[in-house]
Amino acid sequence: MASVVHSANVTVTDQRCTDPVVLNLWHPIAAVLELEPGGEHRSRLLGAHLTYGITSVGDLWASADGQELPVIERYGYLWTSLGSPEGGDSLGIPFEIPEAHEPDRRNMNAGSFQVATSAPRAIENFLDMGHFPYVHTDLLGVEPHTEVADYQVDIHDGEIWATDCLFFQPVAAASATGGQISEYTYRVPHPFCVMLYKNVPTDPSRRDVIAIFVQAMTEETVRVHNFYSMVDETTSDNGLRRFQQVIFSQDKPILENQRPTKLPLDPRVETPIRADQSAIVYRRWLTELGLTYAVIPA
Amino acid sequence: MTESGSFGGEDVAQRWFPVAASSDAPFRHVAQAKLLGREYAIWRADDGYVNAWENRCLHRGVRLSIGQNEGTELRCTYHGWRYSSRSGGCTYIPAHPADAPAQTICNQTYRCEERHGLIWVTEAGTGELPRHAAFGSSTSEDASLALRALPLNAPASLVLEMLEAYPAHTAAEATGSHSFQFQVADGDGGGVVAFVQPVDEAHCVIRPVLVDAPPDSRRLEVLRSEALILNRFREVVEQEAASRPSTPVIERDILPVLGRAASETSVSFAPSQSRTELRVVVTTKTPVADGVMSFEFAPIATPGEPAVLPTAQPGAHIDVQLPNGLIRQYSLTNRSGDQERYVIGVKLEPESTGGSTCLHETVREGDVLAISAPRNNFPLRRSATRTILIAGGIGLTPLLAMAETLHAAGQPFEFHCFARSQAHLPFASRLEAMGASVTTHLGLDPSQTARAIEQALGRHEPAAHVYLCGPAPMLDAAQQIAADSDWPEDAVHFEYFANTNEVDRSSSFEISLARSSLTLSVGPGETILDVLRSNGVPLDASCQQGACGTCVVELLDGEPQHQDVHLKPSERAAGDRIITCVSRAAAGERLVLDI
Repeated sequence: MASVVHSANVTVTDQRCTDPVVLNLWHPIAAVLELEPGGEHRSRLLGAHLTYGITSVGDLWASADGQELPVIERYGYLWTSLGSPEGGDSLGIPFEIPEAHEPDRRNMNAGSFQVATSAPRAIENFLDMGHFPYVHTDLLGVEPHTEVADYQVDIHDGEIWATDCLFFQPVAAASATGGQISEYTYRVPHPFCVMLYKNVPTDPSRRDVIAIFVQAMTEETVRVHNFYSMVDETTSDNGLRRFQQVIFSQDKPILENQRPTKLPLDPRVETPIRADQSAIVYRRWLTELGLTYAVIPA
Repeated sequence: MTESGSFGGEDVAQRWFPVAASSDAPFRHVAQAKLLGREYAIWRADDGYVNAWENRCLHRGVRLSIGQNEGTELRCTYHGWRYSSRSGGCTYIPAHPADAPAQTICNQTYRCEERHGLIWVTEAGTGELPRHAAFGSSTSEDASLALRALPLNAPASLVLEMLEAYPAHTAAEATGSHSFQFQVADGDGGGVVAFVQPVDEAHCVIRPVLVDAPPDSRRLEVLRSEALILNRFREVVEQEAASRPSTPVIERDILPVLGRAASETSVSFAPSQSRTELRVVVTTKTPVADGVMSFEFAPIATPGEPAVLPTAQPGAHIDVQLPNGLIRQYSLTNRSGDQERYVIGVKLEPESTGGSTCLHETVREGDVLAISAPRNNFPLRRSATRTILIAGGIGLTPLLAMAETLHAAGQPFEFHCFARSQAHLPFASRLEAMGASVTTHLGLDPSQTARAIEQALGRHEPAAHVYLCGPAPMLDAAQQIAADSDWPEDAVHFEYFANTNEVDRSSSFEISLARSSLTLSVGPGETILDVLRSNGVPLDASCQQGACGTCVVELLDGEPQHQDVHLKPSERAAGDRIITCVSRAAAGERLVLDI
């Protein structure tokens, strides 16, 4: 892979991460069900070359450059860390998704996609409603319903919550039968993980959970793991996967055409509007965490 | 900035380089180009103007080269933001359709010229695109032919350095620092001038131009011979480049965008500065109806700066400073992105205070006038399913801009124009060009007008919007009809020409400025706006009679006495904003303003 040299702070994208905030996090690597028992899989994490897998007796393992790494299974994924995830940093504790434990939930990986972008750009795109009518036309949005009504963004217990997010959606989910005003709640519990809660088209009293867990392979390459925890009983797993793949394939060319690829944290570098309130808070939150990997610090 | 050094010492940012062929910018296309490590989005508007912009939407950094060329505007593919040709200013933000984008939301534009079939850009140059000696001095008799571009995996500096190794049978010589010239075959006239476009530290493009296009009978021979010569040269240069240590490619700094104005070269929009500091020349003055004159204003070019007017959105108006000292507001009739000039329509009102008389009788073609940048307090929702425009008389002007914008975008609209007679209908030929979308209603009395408006409105449907502009009695009636027909207030948009209500300025009261803890008193005859300005609080204002809404301020506490015609009934009832040029408080009351 060709190196890209940046004039501002000469970093090479392939370099190993030295940012302690990111090193000490748990990072998603792969859906456990997609691992071949006894096999050896390869990927990258924060610039390091990773080997991982599941043994024939079902033990997960991971190593980087010959060094054994801690592993944990959460929500059907293998997570690992290049630092000390349990030490000190509260972000290191894997976050809870209580809904995923409900007995009638379908939890699944709706696909893991490699994208030439940075992890924070992928998170911001997931938080963004304004692009629905233009990028996900006739699915998540459609003209003339382009307005993003004001919504609430707060930080609770070290997590970002965006609430009262209302948007008209022609086909909000694979099980939807017509247009609806969707109410979303977004939650950012981890710098590179984001989820949304949205009302279930067939049962408005419950909320589906859709999340992306972003694996930062390098500062400018990611693998996005799409996690579904659904109440939907009608759509097949393949139907859900296909819907998510359509949505994601619409986002991918946008993400790969954003420059700079790393997320600029200086608020003057890009021009936010009221609809970008969650992104404004996200950038500020990353600055306050002292995160420097995959971003251009303010 | 560190980049210039890596391109050979001289200040290359000041130079002009070709970045594309004219044929790379065909109708409604957006091309991507790269020069000195910086990416450009190159697109031609329908009027032929070629735009060269930083290839990056200022909102979220998405390449504009994957956006849509809509003829006079470029639409970003991510959030549908639209940007005007020429100025690069934002004309529409779909996420907030009721808000007019600020003038400061403007993409980075670069100077751009077309010559010899090539598109030329300078990053920071202030001079004119220089003439190359080989082409003679006349622009009109240029018989040149741009040939196929040759991209090289080698830096521009190496190309120039290796001209000596050029195949011996052609005499190549460097002409200027980034071009060279050679003969192709006997009798090919001036030969070929090859311009070198430095793409980045490791790549360049050679753009050859035949000085005299050969006759058809010899064209194939000449082109073959030229291609053979340059391809051999490419091989030699690329071999040499591969044998040398590779040059790292520097990614250019991303320019911050906040604080840039739509036309930083010609005018500044800081609200505290004088309002009419843009100079324009009156290029045409034409009668467009009985008693109505149209004026076209063109920007005045200054040496080394492009003549570009600030971005105008449909519905916007400008302040015009008249030779007799008066300042008057006129709506722009231009459609969005049509930025070559501003066009206003002025009705002669002999009874009024002299603005229209001065324009009709004193101002002539060739005169220079001072105007303000456009302000838009009457924004058009560009994604509505149904748009109804209702104009009375000269009230047609802002709605004409809206109608032509929608017409150009192929979006449906219904434009109802009320006038005394055909002879009184302004801009009739422009109306005619929009065909069946325009309905004219001539010579109706008030009750007939009311019936026609009622029919035009019909029942409200979701995402339908109506825009009204005309004389006050007509607007009052139309708003009542809309309300009676169950049109929600947020779907009914109006602009009064003037506030014909009698304004009571007798009370004296206090205002508190929440952000500065300052308390000021407003006496009889004074306005809140006067008092704020005389105490050094910069506040933008335009009509100063409660019609345009420019001087609106958020109200945190206190009972306002509204005397404007800008706020809607619900906005008045909410009591959270006040038009400071006319509205006030009852005697002895206090208003707390969010300033």
